[in-house]
Amino acid sequence: MHFSRKSLGIPYAVFLVIFVVLPLLVLFFYAFTNGQGQFTISNFTGFFKDPNTLGTLFYSLLIAIVTTAVCLLLAYPTAYILGTSRLKSRSVIVMLFVMPMWINFSLRITALKEILTILEGNLAMYPFLNAVIGMTYDFLPFMILPIYTTISRLDGALQEAAMDLGADRLHTFLEVMLPLSLPGILSGVSMVFLPAMTNYVVLDMLYNSTYIMGSLIGSYFAAYDWHGGSMIALILLALICIFTLLTDSGDNTARGGALL
Amino acid sequence: MNRSGTQNASRAWRAAFLALTLAFLYLPILILTVYSFTTSTQIGAIRGFSLQNYVTLFTMQDLRDMIIGTIVLALGSALIATLLGTLGAIGAFYSKKRVSSAISAINQIPVVNADVVTGFSLCILLVVVLHVNKESFLPLLAGHVTLCAPFVFLSVMPRIKQMDPSIYEAALDLGATPFRALTKVVIPQIVPGILSGFALAVTLSLDDYFIATYTKPVTFDTISTYVVNATKGSQTTVKTALWALSTVIFVLVLLIVLGMNLKAMRSEKAPKRESV
Repeated sequence: MHFSRKSLGIPYAVFLVIFVVLPLLVLFFYAFTNGQGQFTISNFTGFFKDPNTLGTLFYSLLIAIVTTAVCLLLAYPTAYILGTSRLKSRSVIVMLFVMPMWINFSLRITALKEILTILEGNLAMYPFLNAVIGMTYDFLPFMILPIYTTISRLDGALQEAAMDLGADRLHTFLEVMLPLSLPGILSGVSMVFLPAMTNYVVLDMLYNSTYIMGSLIGSYFAAYDWHGGSMIALILLALICIFTLLTDSGDNTARGGALL
Repeated sequence: MNRSGTQNASRAWRAAFLALTLAFLYLPILILTVYSFTTSTQIGAIRGFSLQNYVTLFTMQDLRDMIIGTIVLALGSALIATLLGTLGAIGAFYSKKRVSSAISAINQIPVVNADVVTGFSLCILLVVVLHVNKESFLPLLAGHVTLCAPFVFLSVMPRIKQMDPSIYEAALDLGATPFRALTKVVIPQIVPGILSGFALAVTLSLDDYFIATYTKPVTFDTISTYVVNATKGSQTTVKTALWALSTVIFVLVLLIVLGMNLKAMRSEKAPKRESV
């Protein structure tokens, strides 16, 4: 038998078709059928007619926007300070900011929950605040890393050149550094925004009874309603597609950036 | 004088900002670490020093099972994912442009997709449509390989692209069979990509919650699913033993990170010494 390098890819191609493409097709089929297997668009129209599900959509968009903004406000200065610093021990300090990624999230959220309980008493009193704190705590390293990577690769001479040409510090930052760090920001935003809409387990762990989009899938799953759940998953998939196209910076490996 | 004064002040502000962010990231874990060595069952009143939580962690059947289960699952799925992803990347690179970009595009789906959607869709296909028994662990394994393999693909691909294509041709010209040229010439050059892909796969599997929730056997728990369930329960023995677990994981991760840094620093210094 003739050995060909191309054929090495066949197992993975087959794997992708079975475990990536096929599940999505099945999802599509279930979203547009009812329990009797008949075609229906009622799952779709039902979502947009029901004030509860529609409210969940807007609530999770709000949580995602606020979480992303808070993460950005904390992560950008952090990444900027680290990225422009000339310290010899810089890589060690950066590691400290990235390290939480490798500690199991459920254990970290447990720790946060204990602290918040001391500070707030009853966690259920501040569902929105706790959702934002919990997600910021969980996702912050994923925002810091891509921005840091982008800024640390910038040529320090650019900043000096702008200053030499008469720009003050503020203008140098706004017109040189900020635009150049945009790819990192976009990559970080995509790392935080989508999980903030879907990662409902963070809310669950903080005794939060408010729903985000991911929670809807969880509750349909618990009720064995595959059709309703598929429709939510499909709507999420559409949102993810739109969002990915908007933030595509050509660097989609940010999730694993720490190791690559 | 004035100038260095403002420089010092701005340096102090920067250091303070970094310190505050670090405190936000680490204080909860560190406080829990302190309490894991006490008999306290909640944060607040520190009572006596005790190692009871650590004894429970390593002796309670439930806890031991889920820790070992999580590790075996992570290593197993990372191994399969590394094999599939690496071969996939090699195959895709040498395929026609159309085939190669199709594979890359589909590979991107699980990467950008929400884990909830990935897990739920796999559950529908495997469990609802194909009636695969969850207790067989197959849906869980398939789910974790689906989660990890695309990242292995992504970490191997750049290495193959960087490789000098004439080396493979040279090996063939010198009489190596294509298979030998691949295993002795191509693979060794992309080993760093394969290794970092494997490490990434392990961490993704260890940290996963959603895919496991939708595909795992009812009686099996990973660390994530176990901890999430434990926070809903009221069993204080388990709760405080999990504080010990987070301390152990924290220390392990710290040691690995420090080790990696030391190694990196040494390899940075080594060539300099040679050149002197």
